[in-house]
Amino acid sequence: MSIVEAIVQGMLLGGLYALFAAGLSLVFGVMRLVNIAHGDFIVLGAYIAFMVVSLTGLHPFAALLIVIPLMALLGYVLQRLVLERTLGEDILPPILVTFGFAVIIQNTLLEVFSTDAQRLSAGSIETASIPVAGMSVGVLPLLTFGIAVLLIAGLEYVFFRSRIGRAFRATSDDAETARTMGVDTRHVFALAMALSFAVMAVAAVLLAARSNFDPFAGPARLIYGFEAVIIGGLGNLWGTLAGGVVLGIAQTLGAQISPSFQILAGHLVFFLVLALRPRGLFPRMD
Amino acid sequence: MSKPSLLVTAGLLIIAAILASAPMWAGRGDLRLIGEIMSYMALAVLWNLLAGYAGLVSVGQQAFVGLGGYTLFICVIWFDMTPLAAVPLAAVTAGLAGTIFAPLLFRLEGAYFAVGTWVAAETVALIFAAIPSLGAGAGMSLPAAAVKGIAASRDMREWVIYWLVLALGLGVLAGTYALVRSKAGLALMALRDNATAAGSVGIDIWWTRFWAYIGVAAATGLVGAVVFLQKLRISPDAGFSLNDWTAIVIFIVVIGGIGRLEGAVIGTLIYFLLRELLIDFGAVYLIVLGVVGIVVMVFSRGGVWGLVETRLGWSLLPTRRRRD
Repeated sequence: MSIVEAIVQGMLLGGLYALFAAGLSLVFGVMRLVNIAHGDFIVLGAYIAFMVVSLTGLHPFAALLIVIPLMALLGYVLQRLVLERTLGEDILPPILVTFGFAVIIQNTLLEVFSTDAQRLSAGSIETASIPVAGMSVGVLPLLTFGIAVLLIAGLEYVFFRSRIGRAFRATSDDAETARTMGVDTRHVFALAMALSFAVMAVAAVLLAARSNFDPFAGPARLIYGFEAVIIGGLGNLWGTLAGGVVLGIAQTLGAQISPSFQILAGHLVFFLVLALRPRGLFPRMD
Repeated sequence: MSKPSLLVTAGLLIIAAILASAPMWAGRGDLRLIGEIMSYMALAVLWNLLAGYAGLVSVGQQAFVGLGGYTLFICVIWFDMTPLAAVPLAAVTAGLAGTIFAPLLFRLEGAYFAVGTWVAAETVALIFAAIPSLGAGAGMSLPAAAVKGIAASRDMREWVIYWLVLALGLGVLAGTYALVRSKAGLALMALRDNATAAGSVGIDIWWTRFWAYIGVAAATGLVGAVVFLQKLRISPDAGFSLNDWTAIVIFIVVIGGIGRLEGAVIGTLIYFLLRELLIDFGAVYLIVLGVVGIVVMVFSRGGVWGLVETRLGWSLLPTRRRRD
């Protein structure tokens, strides 16, 4: 594979990482909560999609019509029943509770599905590719990247232009005042969590169609999403997409040097950005 | 400052004496179990010092356990050192790694710091897995000749290693208690209660956290060296295991009571009790730990010891200051 081809593939991979990151950023932006189990919920979403596909025989993309609402509902309920009780001055409870969820999800999936790797079969689209400037570019990665761009544009619209987005921003800025103005902040937080879980569902199906997954695949997804957020700059979804692209390119170029260097190269770029540009490559203008 | 009562002090000394004499009365399996309890108690006390006092929630302590273990093996295999002489060096390498990571990771706030420590641990694990002369992903064993150098007979070897783990466990507990009661401990507790206010009364938040992070890293490296001296074998998966060296430790502290020394000790005992009860159920015991941990965090943040403290007013290792 040529360097240019590696860069193109890395860029497209970055779209998937931006999808991992978008849900993480959204929740952090609205309620300052970092969901340590974010990657494990994505993997849970992949298993839900796997079950839906096995039961109904639907195409994975069509199964999204069922998986997205299911995941959103899970997010809403989880927030109302557990996570909202952990919010407050103390940073420990949300970290430790979501960490607990990570361990529970991994081991429950292990008990139910064993360690066997699974995959969603998306049919001919998996291997299809189109020629671009002498290279062959996979349709699925291209589609993933396109969906990432559309989703981020959609999230930006929701956040800055819609009524619920105004509630998100108001609650994020000052929950107390928002409450006195008649905003049901607990409902708003739960909606943000539901939206985050809906984005995770999309990421889950795209992930499961492109590569194998197993019960312990979650932590790596959290880490890639997190690295995309920090590389791109906090509080900036387009920056997160750029962060994902930088991370993806670092990984595919690293893999060119040696397969064992793929993930490591991503981590090293993350630390490099942290050292040189601690606010990320594209910090939000305040 | 209030001191532990005479009764508590005497009780602790008696327990220490009984544990030290364990090779005389306990079987090989029991000895190993006590050793394991001691290493987990040390890890729990150390993690609690970071999260419960310095406000640094790390999910990457496995970086230092693995580094400590690898330091031991490298010193013995590459530089022909005796294992016992190599153990202290584990503190040096783990402390150095902490010194490199701290300035970078401290740029991340709260929960992002937690994920950052995880990336740091993954990075270290990947580096070790990529070095062929360290056995890459498969790892390596301590040579038999070096192991025999600890003591001639197998019994004596196991006793020496047991006493080492015991001294480390009790030493970490006593050292942390002394630290928490010192002036530096006062700064740490101020940080725990309110970082902003602590800063405004002249406590240097960054440096206090830095020294806490480095000190805990070094001591965690020591624990790693001793743990893998017992196991005689190390691999990246075992040395840098998130489950073994951080997840379980977090649940121990959360269930026992975060921000309390007694909590880490009680939590360790509860964990081993649970583990013995659920040992036949495989992954279920981790699920149970997760559920219990979440319930404690949501409904009773002080954990088991917090309940004891508020209901019964007990404090075995008091750290409060009183005006006389």
